[in-house]
Amino acid sequence: MFPTAIVVLISLAYLGLLFAVARFAEQRAAAGRSIITPSLYALSLGVYCTSWTFYGSVGRATSGGLSFLTIYLGPTLMLLLTGVIVKMIRISKAQRITSIADFIGARYGKSYWLAGLATIVAVLGIVPYIALQLKAIAASLGILLADPAAGQGFWPTLAITASLAVFTIWFGTRHLDATERHEGMVAAIAFESIVKLLAFLAVGLFVTFGMFNGFGDVFSRAAALPGIERLLGLEAVKPVSWAALILLSGLAIVFLPRQFQVMVVENVDESHVRRAVWLFPLYLLLINLFVLPVALGGLVHFQGAAVNADTYVLRLPLSQGAEVLAMLVFLGGLSAATGMVIVETIALSTMVCNDLVMPGLLRSTWFSAQNRRDLSGVLLGIRRAAIGVILLLGFIYFQAAGEAHALVGIGLISFAAVAQFAPVVFGGMYWKLGTRPGAIAGLSGGFLVWLYTLLLPAFAKSGWIDPGFVQSGLFGFSWLKAQALFGLVGLDEISHCLWWSLLINAGLFAGVSLATRPDADEAAQAERFVDVFRLEARGGAPRLWRGQASPEALVALLERFLGAERAHGQLAGHAQARALSDWRRLPADAAFVQFAEAELAGAIGSASARVMVASVVEEEPLGLDEVLDILDEANQVRAHSRELELKQAELEAATGELRAANARLQELDRMKDDFVSTVTHELRTPLTSIRALSEMLYEDPKLPLADRARFLGIIVTETERLSRLINQILDMAKLESGRAEWTTSSIDVGTLVREAAASLEALFNEKGLCFSLSIAAGLPPVLADRDRLTQVLINLLSNAVKFVPQDGGHVWLSVVSVEDAVRVSVRDNGPGLTADECGVIFEKFRQGGDTMTAKPQGTGLGLPISRQIIEHFGGRLWVESSPGQGADFMFTVPIAAPDA
Amino acid sequence: MAKKVLIVDDEPNIVISLEFLMKKEGFEVAVAGDGEAALAQVAAFQPDLILLDVMMPKKSGFEVCESLRADPAHAGLKIVILTAKGRETEVAKGLAIGADAYVTKPFSPKALAVQVKQLLEIA
Repeated sequence: MFPTAIVVLISLAYLGLLFAVARFAEQRAAAGRSIITPSLYALSLGVYCTSWTFYGSVGRATSGGLSFLTIYLGPTLMLLLTGVIVKMIRISKAQRITSIADFIGARYGKSYWLAGLATIVAVLGIVPYIALQLKAIAASLGILLADPAAGQGFWPTLAITASLAVFTIWFGTRHLDATERHEGMVAAIAFESIVKLLAFLAVGLFVTFGMFNGFGDVFSRAAALPGIERLLGLEAVKPVSWAALILLSGLAIVFLPRQFQVMVVENVDESHVRRAVWLFPLYLLLINLFVLPVALGGLVHFQGAAVNADTYVLRLPLSQGAEVLAMLVFLGGLSAATGMVIVETIALSTMVCNDLVMPGLLRSTWFSAQNRRDLSGVLLGIRRAAIGVILLLGFIYFQAAGEAHALVGIGLISFAAVAQFAPVVFGGMYWKLGTRPGAIAGLSGGFLVWLYTLLLPAFAKSGWIDPGFVQSGLFGFSWLKAQALFGLVGLDEISHCLWWSLLINAGLFAGVSLATRPDADEAAQAERFVDVFRLEARGGAPRLWRGQASPEALVALLERFLGAERAHGQLAGHAQARALSDWRRLPADAAFVQFAEAELAGAIGSASARVMVASVVEEEPLGLDEVLDILDEANQVRAHSRELELKQAELEAATGELRAANARLQELDRMKDDFVSTVTHELRTPLTSIRALSEMLYEDPKLPLADRARFLGIIVTETERLSRLINQILDMAKLESGRAEWTTSSIDVGTLVREAAASLEALFNEKGLCFSLSIAAGLPPVLADRDRLTQVLINLLSNAVKFVPQDGGHVWLSVVSVEDAVRVSVRDNGPGLTADECGVIFEKFRQGGDTMTAKPQGTGLGLPISRQIIEHFGGRLWVESSPGQGADFMFTVPIAAPDA
Repeated sequence: MAKKVLIVDDEPNIVISLEFLMKKEGFEVAVAGDGEAALAQVAAFQPDLILLDVMMPKKSGFEVCESLRADPAHAGLKIVILTAKGRETEVAKGLAIGADAYVTKPFSPKALAVQVKQLLEIA
């Protein structure tokens, strides 16, 4: 065993090393070369792992199995909500937030009532937790020295507490920083995170591979222990308890004052959060890797002996005589405990100073008497005293509680206390309607429920107060049983407390908020919190201040609280940002007032800063309506510009559409002109022959009879052609406009084809051509208009007749069934068509054949009309041909659906 | 010696009526059924006047007119464009490319005969 002097010396040397790390970081920061990297930020979040983790996880694992993991799952999940954390950081930077209590107070109109309430909740919730750290240091010291008295005695523990207080004061209050940032402290915390991780990994490796032969060996030997399956089996997993613990720890990683301090207040760069999202969970994974092996190893090794499982981490190496390792473990535990105590105490002292003491002080007569004095020293004094008092409270609690229940479960009890911040913080960040009365009601309600269902029962179990209210309910009302409120049984005490406290907290917050109207300050702050990103994007929040101020008074105020040197530095920076060379020429306008208030807020909290600024300037209070108007105006401008953008986009789209429609119309107009021009031409051509010939007949009565007969014959033919043309133009117009009448019936195509062919027999004979007809058997009927289909057939057949040579022509007509249609083919041995012509002939007035001799007697509308008809039936009409190979016109008509 | 008239049209019945009309007026007549045949006939037949349809296969009447006017050998050739396209723009186009007259279909044979004679400075 170690001599006391050596242990004390090593401990002090370790604390000295920490201080050196902190000094180094601060010197670098002062030189403008900050050592706060993303990884260092992530490691500083490791202050979450206190001695409760370092020693207590193993203890929890021996009684609750894997449930110790929930304490680390929650933070991992919470960090995934990066957007929420970044927003919290952004708001805090914009508002110069110094603590979680300040955050809450600032959101609800810079209310010191609310900030004070949050401070009280935090202090009451956390002091026992600090006591737990003192106990851990004392107990581990006792084990290391093999002297239980060192771990219990009044003087040794007081000495530990005092040295921690001195150390914390060194760390936290060496100077008053406007943003309440402590780079030295953060560096030291990150360093401590590494030490405790290495120490725990070392003891884990030692137990697993030194005392046992690896993980398998630990687990197989532990499996032989009685009752072990109850611990490790899946029945040990209680979904409700696990969910509650995950939620609780997820909230704790943000709302524990020390976590808010390192995660939000100490953050130097939002992008660091992205590294922390994976690095911090990785850290938690590593530090938990050996919890179960060490717990099981301890159970196996100390089988039957009455050894507190919380001390396994230290006792296992000691039992093997590994004293150097034991020393390392002790330093790891010391790191965990001191890290927590330092950051938590600094955070709490800031809250106590800014949100409890200052508001009172600002109203006191003493303060008025000190009117012109530099108060930055006073502020430091208050914080130092607060650190001392908080640690002293922790010490007193530790002495009073001893081994009592109230200390053992305190970690989770503290978590449940700070979880009460969740509704007012999250609500405040995302819900503009949350009001100060709502926040006060919610926070008080949740806090009282926490007190009644968790803290007081813990006191009762320790025997400090009468446990009647737990066993049979307050005043004997059974529905007031502290841990079965309103008859809710079957939950563990943490889940029970969390359920009722958060329900009542959130319920009161929302209900009272909706029932009350925010005042001007609240409405302005709600806007600045909820819309922080949008306001920044727009170049800052609207300036909600009107009044008269003297620059001298504001400067004096800053000098009093920041110290002259620091105040002048900040003023120079502000002047520079406004392109003024000398801060003495700063106008006392809204911007200057807001700058001064922000600077003060960094030092004394937003609520106190508001009071101080209001005391030196003549403000014309803005009414709620005015604030809402200003905000509304900003909103309206925003809405208008968005609307304008939308309108412009709509107009552009409409213009585009109009342009396209216009182009389409012009195209249609051109097509119509072409059509009219073509129709005119087509009509005038027969008319020309008719007129010329009939006029010549009329003018010349002596015309030979043969010529007369020939001319009259031509006139008749051309007249027929003219009528046909007119009929087809009308037909086409009807088809195209959709006004054609259709008489649809089920048709046997074979019969129809036969009839059509028969009607043209005379034409075939006249031309002397050979006609072949082939109709497949068993054709299914089709749905079509009989007359129209006949029209198509006749058109195709007469085209074929027209183009085959006189005497030697051949026309093939065949009907077959293909898939779901009937296909008709009209093939000829005429001159055939070029690839171009195959497409062109279906256009209106485009006829095949182009020589005078072969001038077809057609209108140029037959095929377009036929195609319209076939497409109306849902079929297709096309031609396959090449020059010299004849042409094969084919069309399909879909067969009738079975149910038609 | 009879003046020579070339009739160019792709409509057989119009050709029949024009041919009859021109022969009756005492002209020597030749016929072409499309634009290319027309150019060939101009070279072979050496007409004094050409009755030229516009809408024809292979080469339109406008194209024939343009290529004739481009050739100084045919400077004296009178060109009468005969077309069913009677829109003003078309008339202007026909005259612009060097036609001597523009007659829309249907035409009056008597009037056409008068116009042809005037152009050939008979009458």
